[in-house]
Amino acid sequence: MAAITELKPEVANLSNDEILRYSRHLIMPEVGMEGQIKLKAAKVLCIGAGGLGSPLTLYLAAAGVGTLGMVDFDVVDYTNLQRQIIHSTADVGRKKLDSAEEKLKAINPFLAIRKFETRLSSENALEIFEDFDIIADGTDNFPTRYLVNDACVLTGKPNVYGSIFRFEGQASVFATEEGPCYRCLYPEPPPPGLVPSCAEGGVLGILPGLVGVIQATETIKLILRSGDPLIGRLLLIDALGMKFRELKLRKNPDCPVCGKHPTVTELIDYNEFCGIRGEEAPVEAGVPEIQVEDLKRRLDSGEDLFVLDVREPHEYQICNINGHLIPLGELPKRVHELDSSREIVAHCRSGVRSAKAVNFLRQAGFKKVHNLAGGILAWADRVDPSMPKY
Amino acid sequence: MPKIHIPTPLRQYAGKQPAVDVKAGTIGEALNGLVSQHPELRRHLYTEDGKLRAFVNVYLNDEDVRYLQKDATTVADSDNISIVPSIAGGR
Repeated sequence: MAAITELKPEVANLSNDEILRYSRHLIMPEVGMEGQIKLKAAKVLCIGAGGLGSPLTLYLAAAGVGTLGMVDFDVVDYTNLQRQIIHSTADVGRKKLDSAEEKLKAINPFLAIRKFETRLSSENALEIFEDFDIIADGTDNFPTRYLVNDACVLTGKPNVYGSIFRFEGQASVFATEEGPCYRCLYPEPPPPGLVPSCAEGGVLGILPGLVGVIQATETIKLILRSGDPLIGRLLLIDALGMKFRELKLRKNPDCPVCGKHPTVTELIDYNEFCGIRGEEAPVEAGVPEIQVEDLKRRLDSGEDLFVLDVREPHEYQICNINGHLIPLGELPKRVHELDSSREIVAHCRSGVRSAKAVNFLRQAGFKKVHNLAGGILAWADRVDPSMPKY
Repeated sequence: MPKIHIPTPLRQYAGKQPAVDVKAGTIGEALNGLVSQHPELRRHLYTEDGKLRAFVNVYLNDEDVRYLQKDATTVADSDNISIVPSIAGGR
């Protein structure tokens, strides 16, 4: 495992206030004075101050980790509050880093915080990682996850990994000297379009809590050098079944970054295909579009337009414009429900899925199909402000 | 029959089922059985030239089949096969 920073004299002791604060650690032999001083000397970098980053940094701060670095460039919005428990309603619109810093300092004034308000990239990752002992990956997209992993391998720092999707999570410790890295498990990121986009995905609010606390636990174990870290093991968390399963991971000798003959020797910026802020991928070019204002005007004037909603039934329940519901995935087998002689306007939440539907229908011989640009979100913004957005 | 566990992101292509029973003696037969029951899954599991995609791993119980005999790995009726794709969420 990567060397944890040598203890410097100024952090090699605890004040009386600190001793009182950490007394429940100090009286347990697995931590004790020695362990608590290791925690104080430790420098942990958390990538992302969101769902995973919230519980992770809150617990590390409370536990007495001396220095926490945080990388984030986002601001708090209302849709974050269902799971990002470090931020409160009053923080909406604030920088996540500022909001997080305030909460962490309130929990533990002895904590030193280093804020990196930037998007992690091949340009800055190695430099940012330099001053830290352990990297905790709480990002939300594949390009950054590969970047974090590769930078951890190249700098020799452990990557405490957690990721979530709906009600499933994964956790592991990658890139230690003896253990596998993320690329040993998954050599390449998925190509665009083969994984559900972030906005289609959704996440059960408590799940980042479960997974982020597992990451915090692993981070603390690495600092204390005690217990069995999740090195060479992938923990699968199923919150719905409340089942925890464990899979064996092996260091792959042919791994592109940590194998014997690495082909990845510098950092790569993969193209973003699942928006860093949870947006969907851009709409494909060449799809005929209609603007929400035009649709509204034409419907109001009684034109014969068939509105096709290609979202999922649970999305339809949130809000709809009385479209005929056929989820995108069911379109091929339900295409007979549509009349190709009528003019069709397809819509979804933001316009990405309906663009696929329009392409599909055109290939199936439909001549008069349009995509509603910006989807029902644009409708809520520009036609009917009383409509809820999600 | 061996059971194949389908991860959440791929369930939409497998009739929304969390697990599918398939009659099979090897991993290869099990996956073939799965994609013939649910043809939409094929594109998500395999590349156009028929190789398992780089962001999908297949486990027999807790072992990665890449380190067993891959498709030729034998499976028993009581075995659990898991498809484990990479997921990236975290915010």
